[in-house]
Amino acid sequence: MRLEYPANIKIIRVPCTGKVDVMLMLRAIQKGADGVYCVGCLEGTCHYNEGNFRCRERVDYVRMLLKEVGIEEDRVRMYNLSSGEGPTFAAYAKEMTEHIRKLGPNPLNKLN
Amino acid sequence: MISPKLVEVGRHTNIDLITTSEVQSIEGEPGNFTVSLINHPRYIDPVKCTGCGECARHCPVTAVNPYNKGMDLRRATYIEYPQSVPLAFAIDPEVCIGCGLCENMCIAKAVNYADQKRETKLTVGSVILASGSEGYDPSKLDYLGYGKYPNVVTSEEFERILSASGPYFGHVMRPLDREEPKRIAWFQCIGSRDKNKTGNGYCSSVCCMYAIKEAMIAKEHIHGELDCVIFNMDMRTFGKDYEKYYNRARYKDGVKFVKARIHTVNQVAETGDLSVRYADESGQMIEEIFSMVVLSVGLQIPKTSVELAQRLGIDLNQYNFAKTSSFAPVATNKPGIYTCGVFQGPKDIPGSVIEASAAACEAGAHLAEARGRDIEKIKVPDQTDVTGQNPRIGVFVCNCGINIGGIVDVPAVQKYAATLPHVVFTDSNLFTCSQDTQDKIKEKIIEHKLNRVVVASCSPKTHEAMFMETLEACGLNKYLFDMANIRNQDSWIHSATPEIATLKAKDLVRMSVARAATLKTFDEKVVPINKQAMVIGGGVAGMNAALGIANQGFEVVLVEKESELGGMSRRLHHTIEGDDIQAYLKQLIAEVNANAKIKVLTHAKIVHFEGFKGNFATEVSTGSEKQEIKHGVIVVATGAKEYKPKEYLYGEDARIITQIDLTDRLESKGAADLSCVVMIQCVGSRNQENENCSRICCQSAIKNALSIKKLNPETHVFILYRDIRTYGLLEDYYTEARKQGVIFIRFDKDTPPEVTRSEDGIRISVRDHILGQKVQISADLLTLSAGMTAENTDDISSVMKLNRNPEGYFIEAHVKLRPVDMPTEAVFLCGTAHAPKLISEAIAQAKAAASRAITFLAKDAIKLSAITAKVDTDHCVKCLTCVRSCPFNVPVFNPETKVIEINEALCHGCGVCACVCPRQAIQLSFYEDEQLTCKIDALLAN
Repeated sequence: MRLEYPANIKIIRVPCTGKVDVMLMLRAIQKGADGVYCVGCLEGTCHYNEGNFRCRERVDYVRMLLKEVGIEEDRVRMYNLSSGEGPTFAAYAKEMTEHIRKLGPNPLNKLN
Repeated sequence: MISPKLVEVGRHTNIDLITTSEVQSIEGEPGNFTVSLINHPRYIDPVKCTGCGECARHCPVTAVNPYNKGMDLRRATYIEYPQSVPLAFAIDPEVCIGCGLCENMCIAKAVNYADQKRETKLTVGSVILASGSEGYDPSKLDYLGYGKYPNVVTSEEFERILSASGPYFGHVMRPLDREEPKRIAWFQCIGSRDKNKTGNGYCSSVCCMYAIKEAMIAKEHIHGELDCVIFNMDMRTFGKDYEKYYNRARYKDGVKFVKARIHTVNQVAETGDLSVRYADESGQMIEEIFSMVVLSVGLQIPKTSVELAQRLGIDLNQYNFAKTSSFAPVATNKPGIYTCGVFQGPKDIPGSVIEASAAACEAGAHLAEARGRDIEKIKVPDQTDVTGQNPRIGVFVCNCGINIGGIVDVPAVQKYAATLPHVVFTDSNLFTCSQDTQDKIKEKIIEHKLNRVVVASCSPKTHEAMFMETLEACGLNKYLFDMANIRNQDSWIHSATPEIATLKAKDLVRMSVARAATLKTFDEKVVPINKQAMVIGGGVAGMNAALGIANQGFEVVLVEKESELGGMSRRLHHTIEGDDIQAYLKQLIAEVNANAKIKVLTHAKIVHFEGFKGNFATEVSTGSEKQEIKHGVIVVATGAKEYKPKEYLYGEDARIITQIDLTDRLESKGAADLSCVVMIQCVGSRNQENENCSRICCQSAIKNALSIKKLNPETHVFILYRDIRTYGLLEDYYTEARKQGVIFIRFDKDTPPEVTRSEDGIRISVRDHILGQKVQISADLLTLSAGMTAENTDDISSVMKLNRNPEGYFIEAHVKLRPVDMPTEAVFLCGTAHAPKLISEAIAQAKAAASRAITFLAKDAIKLSAITAKVDTDHCVKCLTCVRSCPFNVPVFNPETKVIEINEALCHGCGVCACVCPRQAIQLSFYEDEQLTCKIDALLAN
């Protein structure tokens, strides 16, 4: 479809969002990523039944942890879409980027 | 796109390629034919030739290059195109001067000037004719100026102009002065829908879509502004999701569409521009200037195919397409000889691929008995043990023609890759997926003792398996491989900002290299295949799929939710060709019921589903009973139904009906009492709620209109339409309808007809474009051409995890190359569950699904993916979190060994257990923690 979306997003492939654990998301923030988002199947259509629900729980947990240590929780988000929804993927990518731009750089980067 | 397919055919051990040959005769009967061939000399032995191209580099003779439609030159020693299979050169005897240079240069000693025409014979069980088509030659149509004005080109020539491997390397230039065009006009229906001037009364089915595509790509390739205008009679974007593409071109990308036929084209002497004269819809003559004109030439059957058909005694229709019938769409008049693709009738790539699989199914039925007899086994070399070795990574960066190379600075990416840790070799290629590059990669792996490979190219979804095979072929474990997607995730989406795209490519390569260094060897488990199939849906498609599979000797369970077989077809009477659907259905149901290999379950509902390719278990409830069925493959044929209109007062008046209702009415009551019938097209299609075209409604309307005219020639029939989409040979019926006096009035989406009711008839008012005013018609019957809507498959979709598009049709694995496969392996799709289609097309797709299913069923065992979860039993504390968390209940505690066990044949590889394990004692192979964190670290290292 060749839909344009911001180049500052880099995709890391996982078999299912159920494979994304808390450590992985925290590691990205710790290493200086300004934002992390997980893109899973639509709720109820997970190829592995429930991986996307588990991911959402973990995203919520990571958000809670970030809040506790004083980092904007909204740097970490979860999105859902089906493989037939390229335009939505691009729209979410734009939305996330604009949102992170508003938040500014990861505060951990200022410490370094 | 076609390159991986070519490579697959080239490397398939069950396919023998015999090139430069012609079929002289076919004798014998189904199951045992003798085919006589004439093998024309190639002068270069394809077995010895390595495709290095030294011969062509030294050949002193130039010749016109027919592959690029004569727009550039090649040598007398040549290869048709870089991805050719077999990758072997040939000498063109027409122009070769016999100087001997190529013979001297060839290290492989493949050149043989003494090569001669030979005659050979083959013994085969079935034959498939797929001789294809050629583009119509417009030079006879002198008013278009083709052949006279260099800037008037055919669409085939324009395809080559757009192509990276074409005469201008993908830069859009016009032939006269190599200037970038500012305005391009496409003329549709050149050599199609034009019996008077060209003899081709049919619609070629593909030109509307390719013209839109060419316009979109041209706009993308041109640096400045480009104005694209497509002159057409009707835009026929009737395929699955094609209307969305048309709308995008029209409303988003600014391609203009004008309803007009061209009067004349003249060249403006000073500029080489073209002055185009045409009459607009109001009849006014208009003259416009274009820098280039593209003639959208239709498909026709070449003379050589007609001669072949005559030699073989194959019946052709009036346009020289192979004669087939609605209910046996790929069978010729000769038993055992089948056909597919455009030789069967004009069609696009998905249609051709579907028919190809259907023909393979029919052909396979004659070979079933002898299956496996002549098969060669692939020998994979023993794996080199790389454990303990330091990573030696090779990085191959792909240009993908200009898809990547035109945007991303590939040499810079390659240079950058060479600086990364553990990288010992880098290379870049025009097409990394081509056969010659595959061979080159193998050589480099061996030469540089590479033990990890990174390919920076396109999507792993389409190409990972192929590259992994390449690794295996030189003794390297296939999991020592990683792909950086610098096309789909980079060059394609950042084409406006090449510097940023190059930076991103470097990031992606750095991430892949980091991961490659952490990869380990994994072995794949072999599991047996259950040789029973399950077909879901007992309509025409489901029954044909079941028969196709059963006729090749496999058991089938056919599951139908209703109380009887037949589906939607039970409501239909005749095809437009006049074939009796009810008689066919009766015979089909009888055949299914009589087949000992098919077990039919009616009133059936799928309640539970589990398993994996080759080993599924499905629980089916039939009323009070429940049974578990074990099977190796699934064919989904759940069908579609007629849309129930909300528009035009439907349901409020008995005189407002749908096309299906009208057929019923004509069958039972005739048309003697009807003085006027109005039909409105695109009801429930091509609108806000359903953007797509329903494909079948134009022909339904014309079928019924012709039927009315036959029953009562006095009845006035009006068809109010947006575009008439009688594609392929259906166009003849449209022509016939106009001849019979059916009146067609076009309306715009934004000004639909208005319908009111009155005592003496239904009043329809519509704005006629030609008259330029509103027309009022009073009709006895208003027939709505209601589109198709998918059956409600919410249950099946959620129980079986099968994805659907927003319109509720199931999604195929690849629109063009895998139109009957679903993304889940061993699950296939056919009929209207895939998209709206005609009965003949549903039958073809059903046979295609059967054929694809048999590719699994014919095997005794398959290899499973090694991407499964592994427990480190030393660190495991048996907390049972994994046992509770696994969505498939795979991990179990074995009381005897006292450890947690994960059966890799059952493990789906989702990785949930690995994430929940509090001791991190479970790792998902190929996605181990380190293999993911290294990507994050590498990305953020800069």
